Amino acid sequence: MKKNNKKNSVLQFFTSRSRTDSPFKRLVIHLVLIICCFIAVYPVLRVVSVSLRPGDRLLSTSLAIIPKDASFFSYYRIIFEKPFLAWLWNSLAITITTAFIGLILASTSAYAFSRWKFPGRIPGLFFLLTTQMIPAAMLVVPIYILAVRFQLINSYRGLALAYSVSSVPFSIWILKGYYDTIPRELEEAAKIDGASQMGTFYRIILPLSTPALAIVFLFNFIMAWNDWIMARIMLQRENMFTWPLGIWTLAGQFRVEWGAFTAASILVAVPVMILFLYSSKWLISGLTLGSVKG
Amino acid sequence: MEALNFEVIKDTLGQLGGMLLYILLGIILLEIFIYVILGKIFKSKYTLPYMLMIAAIFGISLLIIYPISYEIRLAFTNMSLRHFRTYTLSWAQGLKNLKLIFTEPILKNVKFFSLLSRTLLWTGVNVVFHLAGGLGLALLLNRPMRGRGIYRALLVFPWAIPQIIAVLAWKGEFHFEYGFVNIMLRNLGMQPIQWMISPFWNFVAACITNIWLGIPFMMIIILGGLQSIPLEFYDAAEIDGASRWNQFRTITLPLLKPVLTPAIVLGIIWTFNNFNVPYMINANELESTDILVTGLFRAAFEYHRYGFSAAFAMVIFIVLFVIASVYIRMTHGLKEAYE
Repeated sequence: MKKNNKKNSVLQFFTSRSRTDSPFKRLVIHLVLIICCFIAVYPVLRVVSVSLRPGDRLLSTSLAIIPKDASFFSYYRIIFEKPFLAWLWNSLAITITTAFIGLILASTSAYAFSRWKFPGRIPGLFFLLTTQMIPAAMLVVPIYILAVRFQLINSYRGLALAYSVSSVPFSIWILKGYYDTIPRELEEAAKIDGASQMGTFYRIILPLSTPALAIVFLFNFIMAWNDWIMARIMLQRENMFTWPLGIWTLAGQFRVEWGAFTAASILVAVPVMILFLYSSKWLISGLTLGSVKG
Repeated sequence: MEALNFEVIKDTLGQLGGMLLYILLGIILLEIFIYVILGKIFKSKYTLPYMLMIAAIFGISLLIIYPISYEIRLAFTNMSLRHFRTYTLSWAQGLKNLKLIFTEPILKNVKFFSLLSRTLLWTGVNVVFHLAGGLGLALLLNRPMRGRGIYRALLVFPWAIPQIIAVLAWKGEFHFEYGFVNIMLRNLGMQPIQWMISPFWNFVAACITNIWLGIPFMMIIILGGLQSIPLEFYDAAEIDGASRWNQFRTITLPLLKPVLTPAIVLGIIWTFNNFNVPYMINANELESTDILVTGLFRAAFEYHRYGFSAAFAMVIFIVLFVIASVYIRMTHGLKEAYE
């Protein structure tokens, strides 16, 4: 029933490849899924729609996705009249730096957690898990006061330091889970060939863990890239903002600039969403890596 | 191009590069220190693992443990914007903070117990809808059919879009006049809703936003679990004449448990700690969408009561810890993870 009767393709769309469901049930399932997809996608399309509106008609009660006299006016404004590119640059520089630091810290520690039964290992793992429960809002209070004391407000150093460490516990869990699945025989064989413990780590474990390392890097990246609360307390000068802060000021409490906000959102979201959809299978396997023991 | 110029680029790179240099230097010093102390003086066989971990241990101590201990100390002070440097530190002040939390309003009007019950309601409603929606969609998708990949890709949109953007966009769409929610309600002939003025509807708006955001994650996790259940189980059950509902109850649910338990724990913690949604959707002067964590942030950074907020943070953490450990104890959820 696969490809031989392509003529009634509409009918086939609903009938083929299903084992037991009746055609009516299949129709209902497709209808429900289409409605759910609409709910999932429509708000995103609305952002696109508002960003394309001409400057004098930003507020309108029309529901059309592509407005009648679509223009790129808002995109022009956000790029040339707002410090949007500076926000993006700040975010990018901070995020990449911190994701790398986090990755390096986590990859070596996870190896220790995976291969040695040193004193303090189980409490350490439990502690790492507990840190995942700490609300960001709770950590932000003392960090703000300490940052004021150490004059780290309005500098990238404090922010970058905070980001590099905050996802290390989670990364250690994921990487430990992955290292655990690599057979020890490989290392023993290398040791017989005269490699040192660190040599086996660099030449065998790390290359074998590339998928997990990539996932951890991506997690660190996303975490810092999307963070609002830490940046909010650390950065107060508009030119130093990261993009979440910048976008928030556009749509925030005080003055709402819909055109600029939506255009900026699209410019940020499109690459992120492409990256995300492309790597989502990976990311999901990463979420379960740490919890399922091989 | 107002701001992205050579100066900005140089400044960012300079700051980050300097920081990297210091970090590198610090790590080298730490490694030598550990090597000498453990390796040479104590001759410990665990020198290498501790050398591997020392950088992370130091970083976590500096940026998680030290701030938390500092916060515990803060909880016993009356530090505020007025007493930023001239605060008093005493046991009595700590008790006073604790008493203030339970008796006085945390923000302008809202008190601790209404914040707590609202947080529990918020967590419950969201997690239940996430689970129901995610399970429903995963069951619908877990069958051979046309267009599955497309449905899946479209359904994860809310998860893929950066949260801040989604939340701020939703906030705009709850506008009384120009938001699509009310426009649709009007087109359907219903009364538009005062999302930003009515306390009840403001809370509902935050729930709608968060449910929309959270369903795809659950769906994907559950779908992964469903796909690992061998089809033979269902064939066998069919032969035994089990109904669809019985198959779901006796095969699907028990076999999904290893996937569901951590997903629910994560879901509860994330929802309880969710800051962006309640904070951004919030029509602030109402204080009707504030949950514990947004109350904490606003008490600290809008009312500038740092000592009080630190004490409040301790209370919140205890509440969260109790909830999570009760759930973990109930389900033995993390047993395998320790080996």
